[in-house]
Amino acid sequence: MRRLLNATVLIEILRPLGQIAVFVAGAGLILSALMLGMAVLLRGSTVDATTMKNYGVDLFTYTLVNLPQVLIDGVTIGFVYAAIALGYTMVYGVLEFINFAHSEIFAIGAFVGVEVLIALDNSGRLDGIPYTMAYFWLFLAVLAAMVAAGATAVAMERIAYRPLRGAPRLVPLISAIGVSFFLQDAIRLIESLTTGQFHRIIPTFGNFDQQISLASLYIVGTKIDLVMQVKSVIVIVSAIVMVVGLNYLVNATKLGKAIRSVAQDRVTANLMGINVNRIIAMTFLIGGTLGGAAGVLFALKFTRIDPFVGFFPGLKAFTAAVLGGIGNITGALLGGLVLGMLETFSGSYLSVFTMGAFGAEYKDILAFAILILVLIFRPSGLLGEQVGQKA
Amino acid sequence: MSLLELENVHSYYGHIHALQGISLRVEEGEIVTLIGANGAGKSTTLRTISGLIKPRHGSVRLKGQDITGLPPHQIVELGVGHVPEGRGIFPRLTVRENLEMGAYTIQDRAEVARRMEFVFGIFPRLKERINQKGGTLSGGEQQMLATARGLMLKPHILLMDEPSMGLAPVLVEAIFEVIKTLNQQEGTTILLVEQNALMALSVAHRGYVLQIGNIVLDDTAENLKKNEMVRAAYLGVK
Repeated sequence: MRRLLNATVLIEILRPLGQIAVFVAGAGLILSALMLGMAVLLRGSTVDATTMKNYGVDLFTYTLVNLPQVLIDGVTIGFVYAAIALGYTMVYGVLEFINFAHSEIFAIGAFVGVEVLIALDNSGRLDGIPYTMAYFWLFLAVLAAMVAAGATAVAMERIAYRPLRGAPRLVPLISAIGVSFFLQDAIRLIESLTTGQFHRIIPTFGNFDQQISLASLYIVGTKIDLVMQVKSVIVIVSAIVMVVGLNYLVNATKLGKAIRSVAQDRVTANLMGINVNRIIAMTFLIGGTLGGAAGVLFALKFTRIDPFVGFFPGLKAFTAAVLGGIGNITGALLGGLVLGMLETFSGSYLSVFTMGAFGAEYKDILAFAILILVLIFRPSGLLGEQVGQKA
Repeated sequence: MSLLELENVHSYYGHIHALQGISLRVEEGEIVTLIGANGAGKSTTLRTISGLIKPRHGSVRLKGQDITGLPPHQIVELGVGHVPEGRGIFPRLTVRENLEMGAYTIQDRAEVARRMEFVFGIFPRLKERINQKGGTLSGGEQQMLATARGLMLKPHILLMDEPSMGLAPVLVEAIFEVIKTLNQQEGTTILLVEQNALMALSVAHRGYVLQIGNIVLDDTAENLKKNEMVRAAYLGVK
């Protein structure tokens, strides 16, 4: 029995890792093939000539040479989206309710983490410290962000959502939008009272900004150095830990089973002796802590935050959750990775393929165009169950 | 002191006065059945006992303890198992996980394992399907699972809501056979709600007849089976 249990534990840890590998490789290969295919198709066209003129190489070489770095960047941002999307999907899975204030939970996490680091920096604790200490302080900041974001999420559920539990679906949704604005302004108020500035920048310390050289490739005679910032590695590793941890929690623990029971049939779960309100609060706690951690990772990667920092990543993570199939943890992961890669691919190649007519700034349009297309053709998402199917 | 006692219970669905003063009792070791037409308040009575509906008046007592108005999860902890109408299987949990949920309030893992072996003894079919998702089971298997799940916490009293609903006649027989066995061999006290009054009265010791939220008749099962009104209205005998 014990051996069996350990086997299931192992499976629950390995399975998401396998899924991550498949999704990264799959999405990467498909998009790369698509780009290279387009480059081949456009060989000899004006696009090809323009690229030759601007960069000194033909379109195909340009595409190929840039590909590895684009993939690395895409995966990094994809994991950030996936980490935020987990929070949307957890809450949706249990309540069938979109917590639009999750983006502000994310922002609170970012602010608490960054403020902790700024405080440490001001007291001189980050000056010239060894790397191990740098990681320790970063970990502490993430932990503080998780506590603050988790607590806010639980309080938000208790105050703004639970009293509306029996109301029509639109009502808690509107409440969520209200909470979202409220939290944004709360951050602004607190920041203006304490620091007087809305834009906060994460202190530079440790080796997070260093570039690691992964490999040097020679593609069609050009030498390319594949580089990755240390902080990108941290983002990816943390996001993987979050996905694996959450997957384990939901699939292999008693709390996870209770969460799934409540998601599937709240009344029957209640009849099993499950305190449904407690489980729903736990769901917000879990989603909130993950969102808070994602906030610090985001700040680490993109350095600068403001009270509206949650809006775009939140919207995109929501898109990712819908794309993957909302309510589904694996779907959030897949959606995040696909969206992150799509965005990076379009950011890097759109301008080249359109001869500068559409620049990288159009990448967001692509993200939301995908959301609309998914909603039209597959409203249940890539991995979601068919809508209306009832077991 | 009765195991379960309802006294003058009034329950509402919104403005609908669903139970209009129900009083009944179930003694330890009994099978008691509630029979009545659709909408008579049979399921509402069970839902009131397990706390899903809070009565506006009256009291529910378990072993003399007043449990009126307690939340359902606390009533379960006191030993009231409820096999809901329509079975309430968790479709995307496996058979094993469904059963584990039935034992949610039991902390001791060894005890949960023992209970699972016990219910597999009664429903060997479930053991064959242990890793299958609840939603993929047939109707009969789902009813077995729902009943087994209700037994996982070794309830003082098991509330069963329409266990025969939607089942083929041969399965209905099988389910009632299980109910009888549980009662005779395990001493499980059962409060059974059924549309199939003939079946219910053949396994029950006593019965109550409900009509639009009121108890109109209570007697031993034997006597109810002979009662003219019951025969005409619920047993389809002229």
